[in-house]
Amino acid sequence: MNAYNFAYLDEQTKRMIRRAILKGLAIPGYQVPFASREMPMPYGWGTGGVQVSAAVLTPEDTFKVIDQGADDTTNAVSIRTFFERTAGVETTTATADASVIQTRHRIPEEPLAEGQILVYQVPIPEPLRFLEPRESETRKMHSLEEYGLMHVKLYEDISRHGHIATSYAYPVKVEGRYVMDPSPIPKFDNPKLGDMAAIQLFGAGREQRIYALPPYTQVISLDFEDHPFEASKADHCCGLCGTTNSYLDEVIIDDAGGRMFVCSDTDYCEARQAAGHKGKDAA
Amino acid sequence: MTPLLSVHDITKHYGAHIGCADVSFDLYPGEVMGIVGESGSGKSTLLNCMAGHVTPDAGEVVFDTRADGPKDTVTMSEPERRMLSRTDWAFVHQHARDGLRMGVSAGGNVGERLMAVGERHYGDIRAKATDWLGRVEIDAARVDDRPTTFSGGMQQRLQIARNLVTGPRLVFMDEPTGGLDVSVQARLLDLLRGLVRDMGLSAIIVTHDLAVVRLLADRLMVMKSGRVVETGLTDQVLDDPQHAYSQLLVSSVLQV
Repeated sequence: MNAYNFAYLDEQTKRMIRRAILKGLAIPGYQVPFASREMPMPYGWGTGGVQVSAAVLTPEDTFKVIDQGADDTTNAVSIRTFFERTAGVETTTATADASVIQTRHRIPEEPLAEGQILVYQVPIPEPLRFLEPRESETRKMHSLEEYGLMHVKLYEDISRHGHIATSYAYPVKVEGRYVMDPSPIPKFDNPKLGDMAAIQLFGAGREQRIYALPPYTQVISLDFEDHPFEASKADHCCGLCGTTNSYLDEVIIDDAGGRMFVCSDTDYCEARQAAGHKGKDAA
Repeated sequence: MTPLLSVHDITKHYGAHIGCADVSFDLYPGEVMGIVGESGSGKSTLLNCMAGHVTPDAGEVVFDTRADGPKDTVTMSEPERRMLSRTDWAFVHQHARDGLRMGVSAGGNVGERLMAVGERHYGDIRAKATDWLGRVEIDAARVDDRPTTFSGGMQQRLQIARNLVTGPRLVFMDEPTGGLDVSVQARLLDLLRGLVRDMGLSAIIVTHDLAVVRLLADRLMVMKSGRVVETGLTDQVLDDPQHAYSQLLVSSVLQV
């Protein structure tokens, strides 16, 4: 298709985004401002992630998009189709086959390998935003490493709920320096952020920020000495594939309170079912 | 004895207007200094210059730091100054809302400074916060309530607890009793006097209320039009004012 430049964005824009990405990789966890473009989709649908993906895609890449772990939801399908049409790259749903994976709210269950790139869609990149509304002040706090306020949020959680109730977008500290919002992934996925073999890129379109984690970066979830971080998930096994160690979605299946728990990562679940694993709700 | 705070020729202009001009004084450990004057006399400008909220045009503010001894806080690096302002300094605002996080519980408000200096044990932080609520006469049962549910006097006491929890050595107070009714004022003053004595705090209190300085301050500075017109021991200045403006100020107080 020739109506668009490869991957929709013009080369100058991609260059500008790549520069921001390189800076982000050089300073892990630091939010690099970039001139976010209008994309043919609404803010909140992944405009940041799409721009980052467009900047890193090459014609040889294989592209995968997941939305809350699933390959077949509206957001995932439309972004996948978008790049099929504007970049003509191959797409896949298999985590291992993809070289670039754009994700919303999940990290795939299958460990990623070197050479892969994981692109996150980020709604609000500033972890301190709801505690300190002034951008000038949060920037100063980042530059001076004043992160006491982040613990005030966790303190409030414990005093109100008896435990750290933040279950997604759980703040992390990168390489002992920047406190970072890992995008709204469940805290179950937080331990996967650190020491990952793949490159992790975070794009926030509306907020015009890009940040990144190079491979094998130290990422530590914030906590208290007497209330340590815990990667939590629903205490069940997947109804379709029977696994006990993946992140689960709770699905209401009738009007009588019936429910089942299934893997949120559809590719992982399907691969296990194809290999012969069976859960209690499988047909 | 080294002064805790030594101010030399602090000057701040707002365009052509004088904020404050050529103010100098020494504050010794354990001493409470009152700054009085009418509205617009430069009291708050002076206080903000000393506390690092406003950069003065000229002069130096030398603070006796724990680590390196006397150091000019105007020229020190910003991280250092901000570190001072959450450890050795405290700032009590006139309006408690300016000094508190209204969306955070009382315990979180008191604990913030502890967490800012690196405390990471929830139980300890909470115990200290509860202890401090007790010291400022707030019921420990309200530790998880937000300051929005507190009365004005309680908010002001909470602000004081939040500031004193890290054991500062110097407290800046900007009209700490402004906007409170007289009986609440009296209790707050009583509390402040007790805390200042017990902790051996040094304090600089800006106020236009002469009763406040009579009760709290050891020494007094009277300001008019950005300049200091009279200094001396509190009782001396209030009972035998020398400068015409001080005489006016003292005689303006209603005797009930």
